Amino acid sequence: MNLNFEIASGDFSKAGRASSHIKKVLKQLQVEPKVIKRIVVAIYEAEVNVVAHSVGGTLSAVIDEIGIQVELKDNGPGIEDIEKAMKKGYSTASKKVRDMGFGAGMGLPNIKKNTDELSIKSKVGEGTTVTFRTNF
Amino acid sequence: MNTVEKYHAIKVDTNKCMGCTHCMKSCPTEAIRIRGGVAKINPDRCVDCGNCLRACPVDAFYVNHDGLEQLKNYKYRVVLFSSVMIGQFPEIYSEGKIYEALKKLGFTHIYEVEQPIGLLITKIKDNVEQLKNKPAISSFCPAIVRLIQSRYPSLVENIIPVKAPHDLAACYAIGNLAKEGISREEIGIFYVSPCSAKMAAVKRPLGETKSIVDGLINMKDLYNNIMRVISKKEEGDTSDLRKNLTRDGIVWSLPRGESRQFRRKSMAVDGIHNVVKILERMENEEVPELDFLELKSCHQGCAGGILLTGNRFLTVERLQKRSNRYKSVAKLGVLAENCDGIKDKLKAYPIQPNYVFSLDTDRVKALAKLQKVDRILCQLPGIDCGSCGSPNCHALAEDMVQGDAKMTDCIFLQNRYLNEKKITIEKATKNLEKAWGKNRFDADCNKKGGRNVGF
Repeated sequence: MNLNFEIASGDFSKAGRASSHIKKVLKQLQVEPKVIKRIVVAIYEAEVNVVAHSVGGTLSAVIDEIGIQVELKDNGPGIEDIEKAMKKGYSTASKKVRDMGFGAGMGLPNIKKNTDELSIKSKVGEGTTVTFRTNF
Repeated sequence: MNTVEKYHAIKVDTNKCMGCTHCMKSCPTEAIRIRGGVAKINPDRCVDCGNCLRACPVDAFYVNHDGLEQLKNYKYRVVLFSSVMIGQFPEIYSEGKIYEALKKLGFTHIYEVEQPIGLLITKIKDNVEQLKNKPAISSFCPAIVRLIQSRYPSLVENIIPVKAPHDLAACYAIGNLAKEGISREEIGIFYVSPCSAKMAAVKRPLGETKSIVDGLINMKDLYNNIMRVISKKEEGDTSDLRKNLTRDGIVWSLPRGESRQFRRKSMAVDGIHNVVKILERMENEEVPELDFLELKSCHQGCAGGILLTGNRFLTVERLQKRSNRYKSVAKLGVLAENCDGIKDKLKAYPIQPNYVFSLDTDRVKALAKLQKVDRILCQLPGIDCGSCGSPNCHALAEDMVQGDAKMTDCIFLQNRYLNEKKITIEKATKNLEKAWGKNRFDADCNKKGGRNVGF
């Protein structure tokens, strides 16, 4: 089944909507709790990334009996150096975002840790597409 | 999964129930449906929190309990109750007067369950240190434990496997009486419960078939009995019976009562709907690093228990005042008496997840059902009115895929079908009567629900 969500830039109160909804679905499918937790943490981190860094985007999840495939697409600004962004603690978040308790530079590393496959495609000025997959 | 059948304390009196939607809307696990004009509880989903009792305008929910008549079956009669019971009485009734009233009612031994709390605190601290999954979640409130088992299975391993104060107090009382040469057979242990959740937990503890107590008493019932016999002035001195009670014990069941033992690396949340919000965040790892998390189903902790008579805020106030007159655990020492052997009995049985929200154990089937729910939702109005007998449109869609409801149960869809001439008026009326009972839609003040004055 397909689930689609819009993610607005800058509204942290709404970060977590997609992950909460997907979590409910996964529980109804009786996916193992530990696996649900990994998936939810990865999606939440990805949502926060879009809220904190981008101009807004979309999240789409495809769930089948084997696993979940998630794709997040935003329209900019794009990541300059993906390798650097993958490093723990590396962050370009503004002071404002950090003061809110986000932007510790753990987002992408945390997504990697909690997913089976992760791919990031980005072009500065155009946008970023993050795709990941976790099997049940 | 448990082989022992799930016991529930809460029952519906179908004669009293007038079939409104208050309980159904207040249930945190969507366990209630209205069928045939009365509330029906799904035993797999119910966590015995008692929100339905609180919401019911006609007192149609009740809890099973044993009356005081049972006392005559035992030579020695021990009453166990939480300190909140004392807190709900008006100021003029001192704790001494209440203790004397309990003796008049026929109890030979009186124990506030929080007496040996020092033991429990040590045990919990040991467990918190050992527990791999942080924050460690208190197992004090049975409604919360059941909620986590069903709605938050990934957090089951965070629950501290330690028994509740009443278990501890029962062991303690039996131990003390044994020192007087009294055998277990001669003792009747009666637990006075402040809520339905503790009633269910005491009656049928998880993984055990036999309860440690012999009788369960409803705190509301006992309050009325005490008020019947209590005297205006204190006649004797019962303070010796409270010599092991501490400040920490008296406030244990109030908000922050447990977490204050853990200082800054702890948090306390009360009210089951607030607890749901914090557990959702915990699952997303959005909660900062904590050692200990205290969660209580009722607002103001057990002072807000559904079987209490007094106002919850006044009860808290009075207990806090009372606690100031007592020494802290640190000052008194763990216990004035020797109590070997109890500590080993504090380990609780392992708590298992209980997947009641899964649509099907077969994932392919569950996925198909999920897609069907999605398609049904497009048909429903999304008003969440509850007129179908399910708590909201989404729940109705789920009930439909599980074969427990149908499209025409929705009154708005039914209206559409009438307009499209897909069903007859007679059929539509019959459908409504199936959920809400016969003659429910007549102009009659004396029908069921006819004089519902609301709140």
